[in-house]
Amino acid sequence: MSGQRVPVRAGLFDEPSPGVAQLLGARCRACDRYFFPRADQCPYCSSTDAEPVALSDTGSVWGWTIVHTAPPGYEGPVPFGFGVVELPEGLRVVTRLEVTDPADLDFGAPVRLAVAPLHENDDGDLVVTYTFAPT
Amino acid sequence: MTDVRIAGVGLHPFGRFPDRTVTDLGVTAVRAALAEAGDPRFDAAFCGTAYAGVAAGHKVLSAIGRTGGPILDVEAGCASGAAALMLAAGAIDAGQYDTVLVFGIEKMPKGIIRSSFFEPWREAAGLAATPAYFALRAQRLQRETGVTKEQLARVVVKNRRHGVDNPDAMFQKETTVEDVLASRVVCEPLHLFMLCSPNEGAAAVVLRRGADAPGAVRLAATALRSHLPGSVLGEATPLSGVDDSDITPPTTLAAQDAFVVAGVTPADLDVVECQDTDAARELLSYEELGICEHGEQGRMVDEGATTLGGRLPVNPSGGLLSKGEPLGASALGQVVELTRQLRSSAGPRQVDGARVALAHTVGRGANASVTILTR
Repeated sequence: MSGQRVPVRAGLFDEPSPGVAQLLGARCRACDRYFFPRADQCPYCSSTDAEPVALSDTGSVWGWTIVHTAPPGYEGPVPFGFGVVELPEGLRVVTRLEVTDPADLDFGAPVRLAVAPLHENDDGDLVVTYTFAPT
Repeated sequence: MTDVRIAGVGLHPFGRFPDRTVTDLGVTAVRAALAEAGDPRFDAAFCGTAYAGVAAGHKVLSAIGRTGGPILDVEAGCASGAAALMLAAGAIDAGQYDTVLVFGIEKMPKGIIRSSFFEPWREAAGLAATPAYFALRAQRLQRETGVTKEQLARVVVKNRRHGVDNPDAMFQKETTVEDVLASRVVCEPLHLFMLCSPNEGAAAVVLRRGADAPGAVRLAATALRSHLPGSVLGEATPLSGVDDSDITPPTTLAAQDAFVVAGVTPADLDVVECQDTDAARELLSYEELGICEHGEQGRMVDEGATTLGGRLPVNPSGGLLSKGEPLGASALGQVVELTRQLRSSAGPRQVDGARVALAHTVGRGANASVTILTR
């Protein structure tokens, strides 16, 4: 059926209620580090004792830029914001950013998780992904 | 210290050659290196390439009738050629072979490199824009060291000035700080002229046992390292992660290994070829290689310390900013340049009296290589 919203990849994020989004990460019980995307083995200490967690939906900007030309394999709009957001869990997430002017952000600027459209796929569904927007 | 010398080097110029196949490029470089070595025979061949496809090294050696021995293609991102060199030197040191041909070949499309390193969902989400990762690194460098955009432009001006005297470089034309800053913004703070061009080329090196031969350029050390767990943007690793400020970057790991094996220190270096995929990458490399203190790199560029004629010339070949970057060939292109520097045959870009030289690459993986040559 066309006209659905489909995630760019299952298991990255969910929307438990309208307008509410969360990133699906994991916490390593052995080294107490958080990671994203979720996996069954810790990328830092190799422990397999990882528990699935929903990550904080707010964070601060660690770095940012604007992408003006569509990179390989990308069919969404340009320009778009790109950067790294630091979450309270001590985790940094590579992400899109809902800005098109670099002057709209600063180091440490507060941002909130959102879900944004990318492009329509061959089935007529709207492909969506996680992103962060200034608060 | 390895017991390996460089018996011959060869190059196909770096640029764009629509009428030549990647095999053609490799043949040119390999022929030149074997001719210089004075004996076309070798026991094994290692070929660095990331994009040339299946059995790419075999195709080059088939074209010149030099197959029969082992031929291995080696891929380690931007460090592919250096990885091939490390394996070859190790095999000679271990007694497996006496002479090994090492070459690197590549033909890259224009524009942002498409890399299978990124999973399809990262591409679809717009998270596979390599220059954007470079931009984040450049922005952090500026924040943490006070490097200015003008100093980034000065790196480009320096390398492009060096490239004027390199007939094998893609760009052999000077530029100015004003021109660099007037070129279009690719990803803030990086302008077009601050980024190297993925392109085409080949380089070849013949290694032989016996570093004590009179006048020989010795391959004193080859080191290859990958990023430690948790190293997030230290080197373009598109993963999420923890604070990496206390995690030693792969370039430093490789440099430490190489300095120990070669028995030299950063203070002994006479000339360096380092990864200048973008202008900020060169300045990061200074610190990661130990040739400057934290935050000193901007001043080094202002003072011309790394310009030809300065205290420690960096990228006398013009660097990737002048030559462009054919992935599999670029690390060996550095070795070709430094071999010529140590032989005092580098012409107008000669570093006077160079005896200790260092080559560095870092890129996808992350992989970092450091090679030290001495004479």
